[in-house]
Parts: sequence; C-alpha cells; structure tokens
Amino acid sequence: MTVAGFDEEITVIPRWRRIGGHMLQSRAACVGATILLILFVLALFAPWIAPYDPFKIDPIHRLAAPSAAHWIGTDEVGRDLASRIIYGTRYFLLICLVTAAISSSIGTLLGLLAGAGSPLVDGVIMRFIDILLAFPYILMVLVVVAVAGPSLWTGMVAVGIAGIPGYARLVRSTVLTVRQEDYVTVARALGASRREILFGTILPNVLSPLIVYLAFATPLSALIASALSFVGLGAQPPAPEWGAMLVNSRTYLFSAWWAVAAPGLALCISIFGMNILGNGLRDVLDPRNA
Amino acid sequence: MVTTTHDDRHGTAGSADDLLAIRGLRTEFGTGDRTVRAVRGVDLSIARGEILGLVGESGSGKSVLASSILRLIRPPGRIAAGEIVFDGRDVLAMNTRTLSRWRGRDIGIVFQQPQGCLNPVRRIGWQVAEPLRLKKGLGRRAAWDEAVQLLRSVGIPSPESKARAYPHQVSGGQAQRVMIAIALALRPKLLIADEPTTALDVTIQAQILELLRDSCRTHGTSLLFVTHDLGVIAKLADRVAVMYAGNIVETGSVGGILESPRHPYTRGLMDAAPRLRSSEGERLRDIPGSIPNLARPIPGCPFAPRCGLRKELELDRCDREMPPFVQSAERHAVRCWGLPEMRTANRTNAAAPEREIVR
Repeated sequence: MTVAGFDEEITVIPRWRRIGGHMLQSRAACVGATILLILFVLALFAPWIAPYDPFKIDPIHRLAAPSAAHWIGTDEVGRDLASRIIYGTRYFLLICLVTAAISSSIGTLLGLLAGAGSPLVDGVIMRFIDILLAFPYILMVLVVVAVAGPSLWTGMVAVGIAGIPGYARLVRSTVLTVRQEDYVTVARALGASRREILFGTILPNVLSPLIVYLAFATPLSALIASALSFVGLGAQPPAPEWGAMLVNSRTYLFSAWWAVAAPGLALCISIFGMNILGNGLRDVLDPRNA
Repeated sequence: MVTTTHDDRHGTAGSADDLLAIRGLRTEFGTGDRTVRAVRGVDLSIARGEILGLVGESGSGKSVLASSILRLIRPPGRIAAGEIVFDGRDVLAMNTRTLSRWRGRDIGIVFQQPQGCLNPVRRIGWQVAEPLRLKKGLGRRAAWDEAVQLLRSVGIPSPESKARAYPHQVSGGQAQRVMIAIALALRPKLLIADEPTTALDVTIQAQILELLRDSCRTHGTSLLFVTHDLGVIAKLADRVAVMYAGNIVETGSVGGILESPRHPYTRGLMDAAPRLRSSEGERLRDIPGSIPNLARPIPGCPFAPRCGLRKELELDRCDREMPPFVQSAERHAVRCWGLPEMRTANRTNAAAPEREIVR
C-alpha cells in the first residue's frame, strides 16, 4: 500500500550538519565561533606560538612599549605581555571548562530530579536552590573561597557552585513543560520506566535550551573567576591569568597603559566571542527555525 | 424493585473469555467540592479480536476511560473505584514494575495528535525500535531492521529512508502510521485508539481506519476505538458503547444500534450527524443544552435535562434515579426510564418513591 502524494524521498540531513549549516548563515555566530577557535589554538600550541617564556623576568626592559621585539610591550618585571596573554588562554579555557562542568552537571541533575520527581523531592531541591540564590552571587563565591582558602582551583569550584541554581531552575522549568507533552504520555503508555523516560525521553528535549544557557552562563562564570583573581582570591601571581595580570599592572595604568589594556582586551574579546556564539546557538536551536 | 433484568452478563460486562472487563470504574480529578467525576461507574467488556467503538461527545469521559484502562491518569486525577481485569490480571493491583512491563507488551495505545506523540529529537526508526530493544531484548541492529519492516507493514513508503527521518519531516497521516507501528510493535492483545483520525483530513482518515482494522484483524488484536464520529464507528466496529457524562447509556452491535437506536441520546447523536444524501431542506438537528457539570452530583439520569423523551412523558423519576441496564435484544442493552418496558415499572413505583428528591 502506498500513500498518494507522499512518495517523494526525504533527504535526511544529519542533525549536526543541519545545525552547522544554520550556524554558517549567522555572521555573528561565525565570528564568535572563530574567536573561540583561535582561543583553543592559542591554548593548545602556546609553547610554539609564544615568542618568549611567559615567566622570564627581564628587569632591563620593564614596562617597555609595544615594539617589534615585544609585540604588545612588557609588564612591570619585563615579562613579554604577548606571551603571557597567549598562555593566559589556557587559564581562561580551563576556568570555562571547570566552572561549566560543575554548574551544568550538578544543576542539570538537580533540575531533572526536581522537575520529574514527586512534589516532596521537588520542594526539597528547590528550597536548597533558593538558599543558594538567597546569597548574592559574588558573596556566595567569596564565602566558599574564604572557607577553602584562595587558589585557582577553589576559585573555580566556588564559581561553579554559585552557577548551579541557574541551571537547576532552567532545567526544572523545561522539564515541567516537556513532561506535559504527548510523547511523554506515549512513552509511559509503552511501558518505559521512570528512569528511561527521564533520561531517554525528557533529557534530550532539555538539551537545546541547556546548550544556549551554557553559552551565556560560561563567559559570565569566567568573568567572575577573573574578578576573583583580581582581588587576589583566585589564580595567584606569577600565573599569567588575565585577572591576575590586571591587578599587578593597574598601578602603572598611566605610565604603561598597554600592560593593563592587553589582559583587559583579551578578556573582553573572549567573553564577547562566547556571547555572540550563544546568540547564534539560540537562533539555530530554536525549534521554530529548525 | 424494577421487574426488568439488570443482568450485566448480557449487558455491558460480558463473559469469562473476555480480554478486558471493566466493572464499576470511577475516575475523578481534584478534591473536595471541586472533584470532577469524569467516569461515573462504567461497566464495559471487550472480547478477544473484537472491535469496540466507544462513542460520545466532547467531555463525555471517553478519553479519560481509555487512559484509565492503561492507568495513565496522573495526580490530581485518580481511579476512585472499580475493577479492571485484563486477560485474568487485575490491572489496578499491579505495582509500578509489573505495570510498565504490561504496558506496551500486552496493550498499545494511539492518540489523537500523532505529531505531538513522537519525540521531536529522535529519529522515527529509533522510536519504533526502542520498545523492541527494551521489551523484546533485540540488539540495536536487529531492532532497527524490524522497525523498518514494521514501518513497511503500516504502509510507509521507502521505510529505509523514512526510518532515518525526524518527526517534523513527515506528514500527519504518516506520523499516525508510525504511531500505529509503535503501538503494534510487540503484537499487543488490545489496541486502544483514542480519536486517532480526528486530526487528519478525510482521505487520510479512511486509510488509517483501514490500516487499523486490517492490522487488528490480521493479528487477532482487540481494538477499543474512541471517537465522536458515528460514521467511523459504522465502518469499523463490531460493537458500540455510547457514553454520556461519564456513563455508558447504550451498548449493542453496530447494526442494532445504528438501525434502531433506543436511548434518546443515541438517537440525538444520529440526528445530529450530517449525511451526504440528505433530502432537500432537511436540517441537522442538534441536541439542545450541554453536558452537565461533572463536579456536581447527578442523582438521576445525566441526560434528563436535555432529554426530549423525558419532557414528553413527564417522567420525574429521570431526575431522581439512574435507570438500570435493560436487555432489549441480543447483546443490546439500554438504560432509560422512557423505554416502553420500563414505563410499567415506573407506574408501579410512582406511588412509593424509593428516595427523597434531592434538589
């Protein structure tokens, strides 16, 4: 039996290629993706790209202006700024990965359980989330660092924990919408267990908003982590972390502006890139555009 | 008491070799004063291989009844009373694990909106293959191959490539075929189809009905077909149950009910159905009024406020007491005080009302 009018072949495009195709049409998303790609390349090949050792002190050439020898000058102890910025991408990406991994994994799990669980489970989890939210974001981070002692890792963990409520709330509200869908009822009617429904049916439908949120929340986390370094509670000098570099050179703002501008701009451009990538992803993953 | 028989064996709840037997089922939503009693004590049975049409207007509780059979009612809804026996097993007594093992394997369901019923982020073939993997224990490859075969058997053209498509890439009619393939994947004993063709256009509707009937006949699957469309029932079903405000009011063979409907509501439904070859100037007659508020107690016949027969005969009893089922022909049972055989009983009882009139 054939159905009249429905015989034409559907060209089935793999999902990733469909999304990739849409991404290429959005100029902003392309710029964002390019910036992120450059960051990855710099971080991966830093020893080959960087012209100098980022830790090598050279007091004779301290606070040198940008020149052919030092592309963007040197800092207050004569370290090559370009090399430090290049190595700094490693810190930036590490911070992004660790904070995003902590907040998204724990936040998503809590959100899934709250959204799909019994009212009791939902209540307990969401009140816990409310407690986290009751503290101002930065205060929350400072408390965790104060308890665990300042270091790059405690800073990242603190920022990661502070990011949990956002993910949990987003995932919970999406789960509450998705579980009303007919296909969830169908899955129940077909005898799928609660766990199969939660992870096999509901979770894949939560991923799109989750990815978009990830792209917006991660640069914010990176910014907070850099701010922690700036106040001395994150990465410690002489690490070439951009926030830490800013704090050391801020006293020379008027005599050697490049030493402040370089890490500041690097941070700025990286976060801008991730944000516009997030915008592009939101447009692409929106089901109305699919 | 009434002299007429109130024997469920021949009325709605049938014999021992029935696949599904529902007795006194009540499904409610909400609590306290605002409890909506959507299903109000339904007796219904389906024989093996039988196609039963369940017909009623919107809000009559037919979809709730269909979902209750699979225990798909979610809080604050609940099954308040009754018994559901499927193939000798007490469905309401099953624990969560037994229930999910039973669902899908022995019983399948197809809903009204086919495209909403398919998971938008999974390939069609994956969705057909999943019950085969989970319940039949097939490997990934074998499940996929069988899914393609199933898609072919429900009339999906070029099933190999369609299996790799996503739900938004197929039409509504095809999506419903996919849903039927999923529901029939494990060869269930009963298929429940809850208005499966309402969202489809007429030509596709006919094809889907044919597919449902053929699939069920081929494999000896029983079918509970829920619809508001008597025309569909006429084409498809062996037997009909007419539902009104949470009660079954008439049940019988398709021929019997369509040729000589006895309940005033069934007659009203048939008068309200448009016919292609209607005589010149003939108008459709609607049933005045609307379904009663299901959050209120209904002491008498729920149809009484809209019933022409009640008005004509001025039967007070209709407002006070729910009539019992009366066997009027072979497998044809009706509950109405206005039937000629009931009127004598009314007269004898009129002097001594059994209950105070609650208003």
